[in-house]
Amino acid sequence: MAKILRDGDVWSGAALAALGIYILVQASAWDYFSLDGPGPGFFPFWYGAAMTTLALVLIISKVRKSNAGQEPQQGIQPETQTGTPQDKPPLLDWTTTGRALGTWAAFALAVVLMAPLGFVLSFALLTFFIVAWVFRRPLLTAGITAVVTALAFHLAFPVALGVDLPTGFFGF
Amino acid sequence: MEIASGLLHGFAVALQPYNVLWCFIGCLLGTIVGIMPGLGPAATIALLLPLTFKMDPAGGIIMLAGIYYGAKYGGSTTSILLNIPGESSSVVTCLDGYQMARKGRAGAALGIAAIASFVAGTVGVIGLTLIAPPVAVFALSFSSPEYFALMCLGLALVVLLSGTSLTKGLLSLLFGLWVASIGTDLFTAQARFIFGQAPLLGGVDFMVVAIGVFAIGEVLSSIEAGDDAEVLPVPRGIRNLLPNMEELKACRFAFLNGSITGFLIGCLPGGGATISSFIAYGIEKAASKHPEKFGTGVPEGVAAPEGANNADTGGALVPLLTLGIPSGGSTAIMLSALVLWGVKPGPLMMQDSPDVFWGLVASMYIGNVVLLILNLPLVPLFAQILRLPVFILFPVIFGISIVGAYGASGRIFDLGLLVGFGLLGYAMGKLKYPTAPLILGFVLGNSMERALRQSLMMSQNDLMVLVQRPISACMLGIAVLILLIPLFGSFNKARVRAITENG
Repeated sequence: MAKILRDGDVWSGAALAALGIYILVQASAWDYFSLDGPGPGFFPFWYGAAMTTLALVLIISKVRKSNAGQEPQQGIQPETQTGTPQDKPPLLDWTTTGRALGTWAAFALAVVLMAPLGFVLSFALLTFFIVAWVFRRPLLTAGITAVVTALAFHLAFPVALGVDLPTGFFGF
Repeated sequence: MEIASGLLHGFAVALQPYNVLWCFIGCLLGTIVGIMPGLGPAATIALLLPLTFKMDPAGGIIMLAGIYYGAKYGGSTTSILLNIPGESSSVVTCLDGYQMARKGRAGAALGIAAIASFVAGTVGVIGLTLIAPPVAVFALSFSSPEYFALMCLGLALVVLLSGTSLTKGLLSLLFGLWVASIGTDLFTAQARFIFGQAPLLGGVDFMVVAIGVFAIGEVLSSIEAGDDAEVLPVPRGIRNLLPNMEELKACRFAFLNGSITGFLIGCLPGGGATISSFIAYGIEKAASKHPEKFGTGVPEGVAAPEGANNADTGGALVPLLTLGIPSGGSTAIMLSALVLWGVKPGPLMMQDSPDVFWGLVASMYIGNVVLLILNLPLVPLFAQILRLPVFILFPVIFGISIVGAYGASGRIFDLGLLVGFGLLGYAMGKLKYPTAPLILGFVLGNSMERALRQSLMMSQNDLMVLVQRPISACMLGIAVLILLIPLFGSFNKARVRAITENG
């Protein structure tokens, strides 16, 4: 049971099943058929139903395999008979996954800071974080890379090409 | 005759100085992108798409196509010198290319890859030139039911070939359809799935989805993988890059095999360069007098897959340009680009936009020559790109992603969506969900819904209209059969083997 709860396919299947149900609920509030033909709820109803069904198939096939004492595999029954190691999501290595998720969190934070600080500053902070934390380079290297990259982007896009980028309190 | 005059017109367009320049820039960027592991052509096309909005459509698509097929040339360099494929379509090139390099024949391997790419790429474009017009004429008889059935067939093929789990492929596709539905309904102006956010009324911008899923997702995966490898030296001088006569003789059949296999597989939606390169390699090995030597550094083991992944380009453009059906992520982005420029890919494209259609086809002949010239003498220079520190490359990709997503709408809200789709792309890679069905579902979602609803309007809501028309019935029947393949053990084993060998 604990193994099943750690399985990414079960979690992703549950999330997609929830999304499928949400789509079905939303679609049922809109016209399915009208005098002019199919309404706005018609198409979402069908793909919502398919999504819910397939997500449940994914979860059930995992649970059944696990209950049978086999290694959980993915896909509907006929596929699992030919499942291969490449087919299975690898076990989480939190050091490397943390590096990727940390980078993503920094990117998300940079986007949040984009409105008050503007592109140049928030992008420089993001670059500094990636170079210093993800790639473990000296702080001086990270600082120089951050400043040079942010300035290069500012000069290339808003200045040279006239492409608009978010500006903050400082006007850049 | 029409083909000849169309092609002449195309050369008149493609040989305009600006278009030659865009072709060169596209090929150059494609080669660079192909060489760099961790950044694919789909991501690059998505990143650069906003910069082409102000360009002439012919010039824009010529450049984007240059990136698309240029990346396939460049991908072999990393496979041969690093044993790491620059592109998924160059995975199989590692097997013999790297072994040749270890034996001191890196130059010959790179030369064979470039020559095979040129020969097969050109054969692929000739195939596109000859086959696209009759396919377009045939498609003129299509109405909404046929288009809906065609999209079902294309998406079924993509799902079938994009990953080992059909369930996950289908779920990815359905997610793409849902994202496409976000916004205002096409027929009734009903707001759907907007979560109370006014910016979503206009729908999710394609750039945000493509850049998030491909570029940000790929960068996060590369950061996680943290690959590091030593580059083998490349001999300088064009003489050292040319294979000897014995090697060229050994590759004769491989050039032909790669060209034909690549083009035919490329025509299938979902076929893709990766699968065609593996099939060409398999055929080459099966037909060889010394199959046991494959994997030890035989030149035909480089020529067949490299030829196939380049001939695939011409094949992939047949359904895109004549039917409006993309065959994978890169062509889906090119389809969106064409639509953004006001060009409608499909059977009428040759008549309505001859500059774009024939200009693109003619530019590919020119592009193949440009790439041969770029890839033979300049390979040692390109190999230096592999020494570019990734700690500089990845922030630059983040920066270009922000510029691309923000530039399309000018809204920070879209950057928030970019963050979300970036995480989605990373999670999909981690959980082994294929991304191509999502992008194709997103790109085709609105067209598919429109075709289905128009079909039902034509028939007073009678679903039988989809199976009463012979072409539509055939295509839907094939689509159903494709999705039932996993129920047949031996077929499914072959399918899974073809896909998993890629890894």
